[in-house]
Amino acid sequence: MPVKSYIQAVTQAMREEMERDDKVFVLGEDVGKKGGVFKATEGLYDQFGEERVIDTPLAESAIAGVGVGAAMYGMRPIAEMQFADFIMPAVNQIISEASRVRYRSNNDWSCPITIRAPYGGGVHGALYHSQSVEAVFANQPGLKIVMPSNPYDAKGLLKAAIRDEDPVLFFEHKRAYRLLKGEVPDDDYVLPIGKADVKREGDDITVITYGLCVNFALQAAEKLEEEGISAHILDLRTVYPLDQEAIIEAAKKTGKVLLVTEDNKEGSIMSEVAAIISENCLFDLDSPIQRLAGPDVPAMPYAPTMEKFFMVNPDKVEEAMRDLAEF
Amino acid sequence: MGKKRHEELGLTDEQVLDMYRTMLLARKIDERMWLLNRAGKIPFVISCQGQEAAQVGASFALDRDKDYTAPYYRDMGVVLAFGMTPKELFLSGFAKAEDPNSGGRQMPGHFGQKKNRILTGSSPVTTQLPHAVGVALAGKMEKKDFASFVTLGEGSSNQGDFHEGLNFAGVHKLPVITMVENNKYAISVPLERQVASETVADRAKSYGMPGYQVNGNDPLEVYKVVKEARERAINGEGPTLIEAITNRLTAHSSDDDHTAYRDKEEIEEMKKNDCVHIFSQYLKDNDILTDEKEQELIKELDKEINEATDYAENAPYAEPEDALKYVYADKGGE
Ligand SMILES: Cc1ncc(C[n+]2csc(CCOP(=O)(O)OP(=O)(O)O)c2C)c(N)n1
Ligand SMILES: [Mg+2]
Repeated sequence: MPVKSYIQAVTQAMREEMERDDKVFVLGEDVGKKGGVFKATEGLYDQFGEERVIDTPLAESAIAGVGVGAAMYGMRPIAEMQFADFIMPAVNQIISEASRVRYRSNNDWSCPITIRAPYGGGVHGALYHSQSVEAVFANQPGLKIVMPSNPYDAKGLLKAAIRDEDPVLFFEHKRAYRLLKGEVPDDDYVLPIGKADVKREGDDITVITYGLCVNFALQAAEKLEEEGISAHILDLRTVYPLDQEAIIEAAKKTGKVLLVTEDNKEGSIMSEVAAIISENCLFDLDSPIQRLAGPDVPAMPYAPTMEKFFMVNPDKVEEAMRDLAEF
Repeated sequence: MGKKRHEELGLTDEQVLDMYRTMLLARKIDERMWLLNRAGKIPFVISCQGQEAAQVGASFALDRDKDYTAPYYRDMGVVLAFGMTPKELFLSGFAKAEDPNSGGRQMPGHFGQKKNRILTGSSPVTTQLPHAVGVALAGKMEKKDFASFVTLGEGSSNQGDFHEGLNFAGVHKLPVITMVENNKYAISVPLERQVASETVADRAKSYGMPGYQVNGNDPLEVYKVVKEARERAINGEGPTLIEAITNRLTAHSSDDDHTAYRDKEEIEEMKKNDCVHIFSQYLKDNDILTDEKEQELIKELDKEINEATDYAENAPYAEPEDALKYVYADKGGE
């Protein structure tokens, strides 16, 4: 099976979907000739032409809003936000429009748009090129938010997002783009949106996380295995709406739960995961629910000292897992 | 004697009579909505009164079997012209389950009806503009020959989505016709406190498209400029911005009292320039309409409106639990 990087998997998913369905097209800043600032759309312009790989003016609300209009018409737009941090000018179009089209029209209209955006820190991106923005959108029924943790998942989930009948925010970890490599079949496969995935079976502690932090948790689990600590790892894959069943099952499995996100802690996705566990697993827990997350400061600073302090990494995850196992 | 103005535009007597009928229908439905509101039967009205000429004149210049529209809350004239029925408008007014716009989920004036290519709209102003651009982009990609028609108020032309959307349409030469219905107020704030450029139409220049200011009180003037805009759109010559100067004859909405910020004389003057009356006079001057024919028409419309009101008033509301439906496509609508 071919080994691909996370970003190659993203590109392949788009290419396959554009080959499969003429209604699929890409729009965003620098996505055309340049192939995107991260090269996620590399080669698509040459293959599909400027009509289907559209360099838009630098205006995020228009990128989202024009995409929403095209989706209502019946197209399958893939709108790229150059960085998740710059999705903010488009929030009105995403929350007031995309997420509400089906509901407000009583199912008459729909809005099958995919909005991709690179998120995440640890890349010397400072405040405005490092953020996790999923929590901003994670209480908007009508939207789905998908955050893949590896190349295989990135391809299958992005293809599913493009085919989904509803708007999907697809956040790709920009550090994972080239850091993570893995086997990605050339076949046409999709992975289910709305379902979490067990990435590692274990008996002593449960780690629930998503995105790049899944990789950190897997690395930590390898090490802890040598110390005789067996970790169960659940990858949320879709962070909104959450797969409650899988969360409850994973929490009950070991009774000791660590929730990890690189987002700021308060009001994060993990706050909701913790609420689900506390509503459903009172008598199954053997320790308080633990959260490892970024500190509650606005965003990640630039200087390496402060960046490292903010960012979750494999060592921090390992330590938190060990502490929990020893509880 | 030369040709009559509507004949010069290629419009038949029947067509202008139909225009008038649509304008009058919009006016009379709107008036009924206010009565129902003041009688405590419906919670909210937002009016088209004074803007019917612009709305109907523009719609008649479009291909109403093909073109898409993203109307704003005052556009009862547009949606009637595009095929929404009085009954459907009253179902929306009463927020009943059968309302095709939203099944009673949205306030009146939040139009949407897929079968008539009326995009679903929301409350935050101007968000519909990029949607209309997106529809036009899709049409261009699919090599279709329709235009996309979007409207908004002049106050709303200050939103970023106006500028982002028009610029996108200009850069990509898309078949979009944007009509700003300039009624000179955004709730209480007058035009000169809203728009720094001399006209709204001037804003077109920045976005590489022609901008026209027209008398929105005259459906024929609006018809002409929209017709030409549509031809350019279909010929691949790109978008157009039209500013129709209109009057808002009522308060902003049923929750507003406009005497707090407009003086009596201004309101009186406006009522003397009522576009519905002016067009009625044009038709009478040209022997297309008589007083008797007009009375018959009014009777016919009253009957339709009465029936529609009764139907909607007696129609059932959605079940409480219907509030849970249609969040996502899957889960069987739940
Ligand atoms: C983004 C946003 N801000 C404020 C409002 C509240 N609001 C509704 S209509 C309106 C005035 C709009 O004026 P204009 O665009 O001139 O349209 P008109 O009502 O005069 O037809 C305002 C401020 C809103 N709906 N959306
Ligand atoms: Mg106004």
